[in-house]
Amino acid sequence: MSLARFVQSLPAQQADLLVRTYGAAIAAKRRSMILAVVVLVLCLMTAGVVGEVRPGKLISDFPKFFDYIGRLFYLDSGKLVFSDPYEWFWGVTQKPKWLKLLLETILIAYLGTLIGFVGGFALSFVAARNMGRSPWLAALAKRFLEICRTVPELVFALIFVVAFGLGPLPGVIALAIHTTGALGKLFTEVVENIDMKPVEGLQATGASWVQTARFGAVPQVLSSFASYSLLRFEINVREASIMGFVGAGGIGDELLISIRKFYYSDVSAILILLIVTVMLIDFGTEQVRHRLTASEQPR
Amino acid sequence: MTPTRQSPTRDERQRLILAHPLLFRSGNRQLIKLAAWLAPALIAFCFGFYWLDISWGRVWLGLGRLGEFVSLMLPPTYGDTNAPFDFWRSLSDTTKLWIYLQSLAETLAIAFLGTFIAAVCAIPIGFLAAKNVMANTILHFLTRRFLDTVRTVDTLVWALIWINVVGLGPFAGILAIATSNFGLFGKLYSEAIETADTKPVEGILSTGGSHLHTVRFGLLPQILPIIVSQILYQFESNTRSATIIGIVGAGGIGQHLYEQIKILEWQHVSFLVLLVLAAVMMIDFISVRVRFAIIGIKQGSVAP
Repeated sequence: MSLARFVQSLPAQQADLLVRTYGAAIAAKRRSMILAVVVLVLCLMTAGVVGEVRPGKLISDFPKFFDYIGRLFYLDSGKLVFSDPYEWFWGVTQKPKWLKLLLETILIAYLGTLIGFVGGFALSFVAARNMGRSPWLAALAKRFLEICRTVPELVFALIFVVAFGLGPLPGVIALAIHTTGALGKLFTEVVENIDMKPVEGLQATGASWVQTARFGAVPQVLSSFASYSLLRFEINVREASIMGFVGAGGIGDELLISIRKFYYSDVSAILILLIVTVMLIDFGTEQVRHRLTASEQPR
Repeated sequence: MTPTRQSPTRDERQRLILAHPLLFRSGNRQLIKLAAWLAPALIAFCFGFYWLDISWGRVWLGLGRLGEFVSLMLPPTYGDTNAPFDFWRSLSDTTKLWIYLQSLAETLAIAFLGTFIAAVCAIPIGFLAAKNVMANTILHFLTRRFLDTVRTVDTLVWALIWINVVGLGPFAGILAIATSNFGLFGKLYSEAIETADTKPVEGILSTGGSHLHTVRFGLLPQILPIIVSQILYQFESNTRSATIIGIVGAGGIGQHLYEQIKILEWQHVSFLVLLVLAAVMMIDFISVRVRFAIIGIKQGSVAP
């Protein structure tokens, strides 16, 4: 055993014991490692059978994927899109009015985020272990938030489209519910980690629950709440871009039509508009978040 | 008996004001600051309300109809829902149940394989996109933008593209989830690598370790726990994505959900939603256990 070389200075008996213990520990670690790998491989194989994985088909058809991506960069006339940007982005000035739909997408995300922020804000104080007044109510609020964020927004949107009719309204409500759940969970964790001294101080003066929350907890949590909401806004813009797939407003409808009808250059134009928008929003919210965290530091 | 003094005397009050001027400043300035933040937010909100053509009438009407749907959703079932509805009789009709359970299994398989493929394929690009590994600024910048682009295109769009390549079915779903997560994991890996402490790496170099040794014993122990917990978190999130991917025909339970909503079979819809809820919660439960077993820290998953 290689270890024996390093423990030569010890008496033979002790060195022997050391080497054996070390060997046993390593062997145990290796056994559990092998077991984990076997379980993983079994899971992968089961999933492969259930998920109808066909590696042969993938390998033989893989060029088609790059073919598709390549075709996104050619206009109907067969020219490269870059040769005629005006033709490429024709929808910006003409009928489908992509920019208008893009604005609609952003507004859906904004309204959904803001309503979700208000919902998550209110519920987080009820659900937080340290602020909530009754453990029953806290547990109930936590379950409610869990359901809100576990059901995918597109499922909510599908149901709401039937209830509210086609258009952005079901998209806004679906996003608002999901955001309430997602932000509510994060907010609850923030509230549970606050310094309780200000809260106790206010309670000692006989302040009501609302006053305690307003003056004891809110000043401590506001900047992280804002930071999380800005992050969520960016995610919601992405989500809002596919709401149109089920008829819930935004640019998704146009995107789906152009993919289904093989208008390749339109697909790439809409995707580029979306990617640029998301990157700009990402950049903007990051700036604001940095300023928020910077204003936190001096205190 | 002397009465308890409830308020400071005038002298004391003056002294307190002098000692803590900030606390006694009138609230107006803070109020103005708050308004400066709130007003644009509210104006944008009202503008959105107007621009999206949302009216309270439609909201109330829709809520009424939604309430009706919810009442029609009860009790959830997978069987026959024809006129003289008998809950126990409908439960004995299990033909649909097996179809639903099978597509649920398909959903889990899509999420699992999609996450796994993405997690493995993103390893090399994660190193390429890390600033401290990739010294070339331009290449680093391009890799980052490439990952951002892949990540921004939604899973559903990738699913539509992959359907063109491998045909309808769960395999397209697996590839779609793998593609969009590839972008995400690449970014997460590179961030983990960038924030890793360089001291262990230097230590290993000083003892004469090779470059591979520094990665295995200096870098890997630091980034593995972060990466594993992110993969597990993403697995849960992908289970949710995999439930809707069927809407465009890429396998999983989504296609049944879509059909049942279209034909207004609300009791089946609620059953399917419950199945999804149960599956996601189960995955959450398992991933917390696995994370605990691997990292030894029991913490709530934190959104990346």
